[in-house]
Amino acid sequence: MPVNSTHYLFLSLLLFSIGIMGALMRRNAIIIFMCIELMLNAVNLLLVAFSKIYGDADAQLFVFFIMVVAAVEVAVGLAIIVMMYRKVHSVDINILNRLKH
Amino acid sequence: MDIYGILFWVLSAIAVGCALGVILSRNPVNSVLFLILTFFAISGHYLLMNAQFLFIVNIIVYAGAIMVLFLFVVMLMNLNADVEPQKGQLVQLAGVIAGGILFLVVLAAIKTTQPQAIDKTTTDIGLITNLGKVLFTKFVLPFEISSVLFLSAMIGAVVIGKKEDTHNLQKGE
Repeated sequence: MPVNSTHYLFLSLLLFSIGIMGALMRRNAIIIFMCIELMLNAVNLLLVAFSKIYGDADAQLFVFFIMVVAAVEVAVGLAIIVMMYRKVHSVDINILNRLKH
Repeated sequence: MDIYGILFWVLSAIAVGCALGVILSRNPVNSVLFLILTFFAISGHYLLMNAQFLFIVNIIVYAGAIMVLFLFVVMLMNLNADVEPQKGQLVQLAGVIAGGILFLVVLAAIKTTQPQAIDKTTTDIGLITNLGKVLFTKFVLPFEISSVLFLSAMIGAVVIGKKEDTHNLQKGE
């Protein structure tokens, strides 16, 4: 069976689900962050696949903007994680439950 | 099976296997390295689909810059498998079930879609000339806004990372 759009939908859905599972399973803030990057990349892959199928460059530009947003998010997010590590000496998200009390 | 199909399946296997490695490995450094491999596999998919510019940008920006930043932070904090916090078995199982249910629901939705054939002839929509033309005509406003976003992120990262007292160990971009 030749590769068609369903294969790419399936692959990208699989990567996205793995990202969701990782974000729910792990307690390390950095790993959760990496899982979010994985989900963004799954979406990028699908956008490029449909750009190829419909012969339209717009989707590739959207991938470009998603990469911009991901880079911004990583810069600010890692700054926050480093700051949190300096305060509580851990990257465990279960420590950050002070709003609960 | 043609060469496109073989490359598709090989790259997909690498991508999914390494993505599982990211969430299953105990050592955060291994997770980062697995994620870099995943990004390389996804870049291979871009090349397969004639998105040459995105292939290069993905390798330079994601694998080269973002993941190195992650690696620096992991090594700066001296994280390893011994200090890695673990969730309880029940919570992990709940996470897998929640992700699996999402997977099944969307899978049921995409199962009924009409498969679109992929045209394997070479096109030049992924080349930088064409993308640049579209970017600076149709998407010029989002482009400018993203530059403002970058500026605010740079300032934000410096402000957040600045130490209030004594020695200033700055965490910028």
